[in-house]
Amino acid sequence: MYNHLQTYLMLAALLFAIGLYGVLARRSLIAVLISVELMLNAASINFMAFNRFLAPDPAVGQIITLFIMAVAAAEAAIALSIIIAVYRKLKSINVEHVNELRG
Amino acid sequence: MSELFSLAGLSFLMIVGMTLGGAFIAVGARNIFHNVLGLALSLFGVAGIFLFLNSPFLAMMEILIYVGAICIAICFAIMLSEPLYRPRPPRKPIKLLGAGLGAGLVFVVLAALVKKTAWVPAAARSDDWSVATIGHYLLTKYALIFEAISLILLVAMLGAIVNAKNGRGREES
Repeated sequence: MYNHLQTYLMLAALLFAIGLYGVLARRSLIAVLISVELMLNAASINFMAFNRFLAPDPAVGQIITLFIMAVAAAEAAIALSIIIAVYRKLKSINVEHVNELRG
Repeated sequence: MSELFSLAGLSFLMIVGMTLGGAFIAVGARNIFHNVLGLALSLFGVAGIFLFLNSPFLAMMEILIYVGAICIAICFAIMLSEPLYRPRPPRKPIKLLGAGLGAGLVFVVLAALVKKTAWVPAAARSDDWSVATIGHYLLTKYALIFEAISLILLVAMLGAIVNAKNGRGREES
């Protein structure tokens, strides 16, 4: 079971779907950020699974996963600073209140 | 099915349970702090999955970067933003249903793709899993991407500082 590619791919798909549900359903900006982290992790699991079972060179998938982690860290830093700036301005982090650009 | 009841099978089941259970808490709980704790649990599970996928180095990095850095940063953002006691309006069930349907549809399509595709391993596969090889590639073949990532991290750090500082300067003056 833990030696089959499809187990990991199914797990990653489920994790991705859970994260997508969070992005669509939650209204707090921080909760949306948490869901996006889940989706990024699902992508990492996919890369690592292909790396383990299919790829010619097992170092490459690990390098790509490292890059995903670095980009996720940068994204989290930027997103959190934006969330704090939005909260200072609007006194709320509900995504439905952040509509100043609406025409 | 007999391999499921070996030590490895049981620990794999436990890790999958941690990952999915943590993900459900991270998405479903009403309290935002419980969301972060669920995310941390889920990320520990993902680190365990990386162990099963033959890469202890990446598992360690996952715990170090995600659980150690990102979750803590999210905790700080929670403390600095909306108070937890403020009442939140309940969501309309129809919207939740729509979100569930959309996510479920994506999962069904992905699962069908996984089932349908014939996955073919590469003809010649090397079995060099050492960290030294990763470091070697990072400094030779993937040096450009490595530099680009460092630049992104630097710019992100500066941007985060400028972004979060802006409002405060005006309030004080």
